Amino acid sequence: MSVSPQAMHEALREPWHSLHRQRQGVSFGVWVFLASEVMFFSGVLLLYAMYRILYSDSFATAARESNIWFGTINTAVLLTSSLTMAVASEGARAGLRRLTLWCLLITALLGLTFLVIKGFEYREDITEHLIPGPHFKLPDPTAQIFWALYWLLTGVHAVHVTIIALVALFNFQAWRRLRQLTSPAFEGLALYWHLVDMVWIFLYPLIYLPGRSG
Amino acid sequence: MSGLQQEEPTTASAIWRSTIPVWLVLMALLTATLVLSYIPMGKFNTVSAIGIAVLKALVVALFFMHLKRPDPLLRLTGAAALLWLFFMFSLTLADVLQRLPPTQPGTVTPLEHGSMPSTGQRAF
Repeated sequence: MSVSPQAMHEALREPWHSLHRQRQGVSFGVWVFLASEVMFFSGVLLLYAMYRILYSDSFATAARESNIWFGTINTAVLLTSSLTMAVASEGARAGLRRLTLWCLLITALLGLTFLVIKGFEYREDITEHLIPGPHFKLPDPTAQIFWALYWLLTGVHAVHVTIIALVALFNFQAWRRLRQLTSPAFEGLALYWHLVDMVWIFLYPLIYLPGRSG
Repeated sequence: MSGLQQEEPTTASAIWRSTIPVWLVLMALLTATLVLSYIPMGKFNTVSAIGIAVLKALVVALFFMHLKRPDPLLRLTGAAALLWLFFMFSLTLADVLQRLPPTQPGTVTPLEHGSMPSTGQRAF
């Protein structure tokens, strides 16, 4: 299969004169946005680093209360969704319709799986009284700081995962031929999804792994 | 994208062949970080956990986000984010890690609970 000049033309948008330039514009624009996302998340990660330096022992105790199985399985789910998203983006660029449609669908479903697993994990955390405040499970007040950061970081990350709605929309558009496969938007969406995966790559060792060997 | 003309895969099997090894490396690193976190290594548990996370992020950035392609614009944008990050972390930690107990006269000491010291325990 090859990409026809007609398909190239239909994916072209104002103000670009060529699809090549448009592709560069989309990638650059998304990367600038991703840079702002990196700074946003790292602000909270810096807070985490400072508190962990101050209260390293109680962070280890608090982190042991997290469920390693939910965390590890969800990491594998997200890493796999990054694979299917990368394949979908490459497939769209190469004009491979079936590959793109299937991989976008699987990506959206894996994202949904992540959220469902996260939901079960949240339910367990709530029943175990791991919400900072009165009746908190651990006696040490500084352990609550870890769990406050847990809810903040995983919560904000989960909001980012809801971008699967856009993945599903692009899948629908590609399926109904409302969006050309040559559209650089697939690459832009893929870049964003990989960032969501990358944020989790850092959250996983910071939330689930401290204190496991103790 | 820009710069040198890249040879990009055009068939489904070529795309899978170029992406599945990346995924296998990521899963191997996930297994490694999980196993290493249960082996008592003292402060090196933290080093290995964060080190492997950096490796995984690098693999994703280079292969899935295509930074291995010679596109200076995108590489610079990614590097710019890391530069601000470096400033923020180094300046903040330079303060937090070096803090001494408040000894100057007139220093307002923060409220201190028994288990909450106002200075660092030096995790690293």
